[in-house]
Amino acid sequence: MSNGTPNNLKPMPEQIAYANVLFIGAWTGIVLMIITYIIYLGGILPPHVDLPLITQHWDKGVDEFLEITHSPHGWGWLTLLSKGDFINFIGVVLLALLTIICYLLLIVGYKKRRDWTYFAIAILEVAVLSLAASGLLGAGGH
Amino acid sequence: MRKDLEAMSPKYLGNSFFFINLMLFMLLAHPLTASAAENIGTHGSGQPWWFWPLILFIFCFGLGIIAVLAGVGGGVLYVPLVSGFFPFHIDFVRGAGLMVALAGALAAGPGLLRRNLASLRLALPVALIASASSIVGAMFGLYLSKLNPDIVQVCLGTTIVGIAILLLLSKNTEKPIVERQDALGLALSVHGAYLDEGTREEVSWKTHRTPLGLAMFILVGILAGMFGLGAGWANIPVLNLIMGVPLKVSVATSKFLLSITDTSAAWIYMNKGCVIPLIAIPSILGLMFGSFVGVKLLSIAKPKFIRYMVILVLFFAGAKAIDKGLGLGILG
Repeated sequence: MSNGTPNNLKPMPEQIAYANVLFIGAWTGIVLMIITYIIYLGGILPPHVDLPLITQHWDKGVDEFLEITHSPHGWGWLTLLSKGDFINFIGVVLLALLTIICYLLLIVGYKKRRDWTYFAIAILEVAVLSLAASGLLGAGGH
Repeated sequence: MRKDLEAMSPKYLGNSFFFINLMLFMLLAHPLTASAAENIGTHGSGQPWWFWPLILFIFCFGLGIIAVLAGVGGGVLYVPLVSGFFPFHIDFVRGAGLMVALAGALAAGPGLLRRNLASLRLALPVALIASASSIVGAMFGLYLSKLNPDIVQVCLGTTIVGIAILLLLSKNTEKPIVERQDALGLALSVHGAYLDEGTREEVSWKTHRTPLGLAMFILVGILAGMFGLGAGWANIPVLNLIMGVPLKVSVATSKFLLSITDTSAAWIYMNKGCVIPLIAIPSILGLMFGSFVGVKLLSIAKPKFIRYMVILVLFFAGAKAIDKGLGLGILG
C-alpha cells in the first residue's frame, strides 16, 4: 500500500492506522479471552452447558453436540451473554471482527488517494468477510 | 571458541531453563506422548472436566515453541496432532485451529505492517481470492464431515503428508530475480521496497506470474478452510517461488494474509457452532504464550534440527489421520 514507488520505504498513514487498530484490538481480544475464561472456569457466572456435559459429548459432530447441549448457532450466543461459557465469545468475536474494522480504514485511505482498483478490492473483501460473519452461510443444520 | 565462551555466559546459562522447557515440551508434543494421552482419553472417562483443557494448554504451549523454531504456523501442527490424539471431534478441532491461526496472525500483524515488511499492495488481491475460497473450503469441509468425518480425516492426513513433503523439498529463494513484471502485476502495481536490516540495503521487488500465483490461492484458500489450517506453508512458496516476492516479504505478507483468510473461514465454523471455548481458549493462549517463549529461544536453538523434527512429526500426524480415517488402527 505504501509502495506507490519502489523506493518508498515508508508505509502510508492508513497502513499505520491499520497496524495500530490491529494491535489494540488483538490484545484487547486476548486479554478479554483470559478474563472471560477465568470467569467461566471459576464459576463466577453459571454456564449454559455444564462442563462435564461438554467433555462427555465433544467427540460428537457439531450438529449432534448442539442438539444435546441445547446450544445456539450463528449469532445466538448474544442472547446467552449472562452465561459463563458464552461470555467467552466476546473476545473470540472481537478477534474475528478486527479485520473488517481495519479494512474500513483502508477503504477511506484508498478513496482519498483515488486508487479505485484497491478501493474496490477492499470493499469486496469487506463484503466477503461480512457475508461469512452474517451467518447466512454455513450456519444452521440442526 | 568464542561461541563456546558465549554459551558459558550467565545470559545463556539462564536460558538453560528454556532449553529444559523446550525438551519437556518437545516430549509432550511427541506423537508417542500424545498417543499415550489419547489412550487415557479413550479409557479414562472418569477424568475431571479440567483434565483435557489443562493438557491441551500445556500441549499447545509446546507446539507454540516448536512452531516458531521450525518456522511453521501453529495451525498446521495443531489440527493434525490434536485431531489425531485428543478426544475431540474434528469439527471442534478445525474451529479451534482456525482461531489459533487467526489469533497468532493478528498479534503478529501490527509489527509486520509498521516495518513495511507485509505488503498490503500484494496482500489485498491475494486475500480477496483466498478468503472467498476459504469460505467454500469451510462449507465443503463441514459438509464432508457431516457426511462422514472419516473422509475429512483421510483428506486431512493426505494433505498433511503433502505439506511435510513440501516443507522437505521446497527451497525458497532469498531474493528472486524478476526481470519483467507481468501485465496483471503491473496493472495492480504490485511492487514495493523494504530495508534489509542485515545489509542496510533498500531492496526493491516486483512480481511475475501474478495470474498463476493468484489462481494458486484459490486452492490454498479451499484447503485452509476445509481443514482449519493456517496456510503459511502454502502462502510462502506461492509468493516466493511462483510470484518472485523476496522471502522476507513473502513470510511477512503470508502471516498477515492469514489474519484475513482465516477470518472468513473462522466465521463459517463459529456460526456453525464449531468453536467450543473450553477447547479453543486454552489452545489459543497456550500457542500464543508458547510462541513468545519460542521467539526468545530462537537465538540459542538449532532451527534446522527442529524443522526436520517437525517434518517428521507432520509425516506421523498425517499417517495417523489417514490411519484413523480408514479405521486401520495400525498407529494405535
